[in-house]
Amino acid sequence: MQAYIAKRVLLFVPTILLVTILVFVIMRIVPGDPALMLLTEGEDSGDVSDQALERLREKLGTDKPIYTQYVLWIGNMLRGDFGMSFFYEGDAVIDDILERLPTTLELTFLALFLASLIAVPLGVLSAMKQDSVSDYTARSITLIGIALPNFWVAVMTIYFLVLLFQWAPPLAYERLWDDPWTNVQQLFFPAIALALSNMAFVARITRSAMLEVLREDYIRTARSKGLAERVIVYRHALRNALLPVVTLTAYELGRAISGTVIIETIFLVPGIGRLLITSIQNRDFPVIQGIVVIIAVLVLLINLVMDLLYAWLNPRIRYS
Amino acid sequence: MSLDRGTEAVQVSGALLRPRRTFWQSTVSFVTTKPLGAFGAAVAVGLILIAIFAPLIATHDPYRTSIEAVHASPGADNWLGADQLGRDVFSRIVYGARISLYVGIVSSFLGSTIGLIIGVASVHFGGKTDLLVQRVIDAMMAFPILILAIAIMSVLGASVNNVIIALSIVYIPSTARVVRSQALAIKEMDYVLAARAVGAGNWRIMLRHMVPNTFALYLVVVTFHLGGAIIAEASLSFLGVGSPIDTPSWGGMLSAASRQYVNLAPWLAVFPGVAIAIVVFSWNVLGDALRDILDPRMRGTQ
Repeated sequence: MQAYIAKRVLLFVPTILLVTILVFVIMRIVPGDPALMLLTEGEDSGDVSDQALERLREKLGTDKPIYTQYVLWIGNMLRGDFGMSFFYEGDAVIDDILERLPTTLELTFLALFLASLIAVPLGVLSAMKQDSVSDYTARSITLIGIALPNFWVAVMTIYFLVLLFQWAPPLAYERLWDDPWTNVQQLFFPAIALALSNMAFVARITRSAMLEVLREDYIRTARSKGLAERVIVYRHALRNALLPVVTLTAYELGRAISGTVIIETIFLVPGIGRLLITSIQNRDFPVIQGIVVIIAVLVLLINLVMDLLYAWLNPRIRYS
Repeated sequence: MSLDRGTEAVQVSGALLRPRRTFWQSTVSFVTTKPLGAFGAAVAVGLILIAIFAPLIATHDPYRTSIEAVHASPGADNWLGADQLGRDVFSRIVYGARISLYVGIVSSFLGSTIGLIIGVASVHFGGKTDLLVQRVIDAMMAFPILILAIAIMSVLGASVNNVIIALSIVYIPSTARVVRSQALAIKEMDYVLAARAVGAGNWRIMLRHMVPNTFALYLVVVTFHLGGAIIAEASLSFLGVGSPIDTPSWGGMLSAASRQYVNLAPWLAVFPGVAIAIVVFSWNVLGDALRDILDPRMRGTQ
């Protein structure tokens, strides 16, 4: 186990470095000078004073060679300095992100929780009655769930909420630690909209994990002992099937975070997803860069923890 | 003599195992064994036809605005209603099929093909090359697909071709990963060893032996990515970082219309969403069916 942990953690460091290099490269693939682009707002109006250009280049650090820029950038990030926002003068990027990150994480976990609440029983039912009408119904629902774009689901959710309950997205969200009850109430509907697309995935893997476990010898043993079907399903099958379900759901976190970009934009939730979109509209590159790095690092961290957890719970995979 | 008889026996058993079927026979067997997949294929073909013959099918010019038709309900003139500028929703959905398909097909093929080449080459050269390539792929896969696409689009700017570039890049790592796992098995096959023994070069082994044997997998991957790319394009356009705003794209139609006008004119939000859902559902079930037929080992996985 120690050797496995060491190997995973050692692989983790170069991957994080590569992630930052990728972000750095992506943010600089535009041909031309970012300073010039910022001054002319991307249009080809040539009249920009050399002094202003020079000053902006110095401020952005683009007057230095590219590898120096990268080393400076990553060095600052390690000290928690993600640079300053272009658009909101005087705002540190890291503060903007840290202020909104908890809301996004809360929304993501709430959605995954709600999704599992519905999807796991659905998947179990589907597996227990394989190839029956209820199995086909459940599978069709999940396939449709995957096909429905989540922004459409969100728009429709709002439409029906307005129609039925006169509920509209609140203009100001309460933070979890300021007013927990209002906060959960406010995030409930966005979480439902986000959960629908993840639900399909969780139901699908629950079904296949259950089907696999039900073929195991110990299930046959339990049956031949004459145990009640309920005990077999919940104590013997589901417990073992849940392991891959939990880890795969965690890997799904990346997609759920993608989903929050859309859900937050539609429901006006002040999270990093909405910040990402407004930053693109404002051409606020340091913020975009910071958000993308933080999301990628988060995903990698969760994957690492899940890999280790999985290896700890299931010794068979350590050796492969 | 004995060798001749051997090949004959192989041919006979081969013929018994896989009788030659005509195109129609295979089609009929596909429809009967995989009804859902056949449905998917039918919708896919239908979509391609709609995209090609869009000017004949559309009842209006998708760009033409009309003051009288602003927020017109679905009816005789505007079959699926009209939007906030009086543009015909039905015609825009028909033309939207072009954008969806164009982006979906080009980006899924480009991304999957580059991924295929990287996956096969990574396995073929092995060792340090493989290790390095796999780390880069790890790093790329750390970005959720939509986030990576949004980041690329934020730099490139909103345009249909930039969406294709962004989505192609996004689908490279997952393809390379899947292809690699299959190529690892192929590399150990005797025919690769035999090819090496008779002095085949790197290119010959990769292109004549490894690529063709991962082709079934590649086709399945392309199909799934196509469905994903259609949703991704719609999501990007919806967020305003995909196709330019007045382009008739399904995601873009939802974006402007839905948020402000959904209570006033719900059809603006309903129909483009239904179009996306039907198309993506079809590509997914087609992909499922193809996977079952082409690669029995992948059955039951996702």
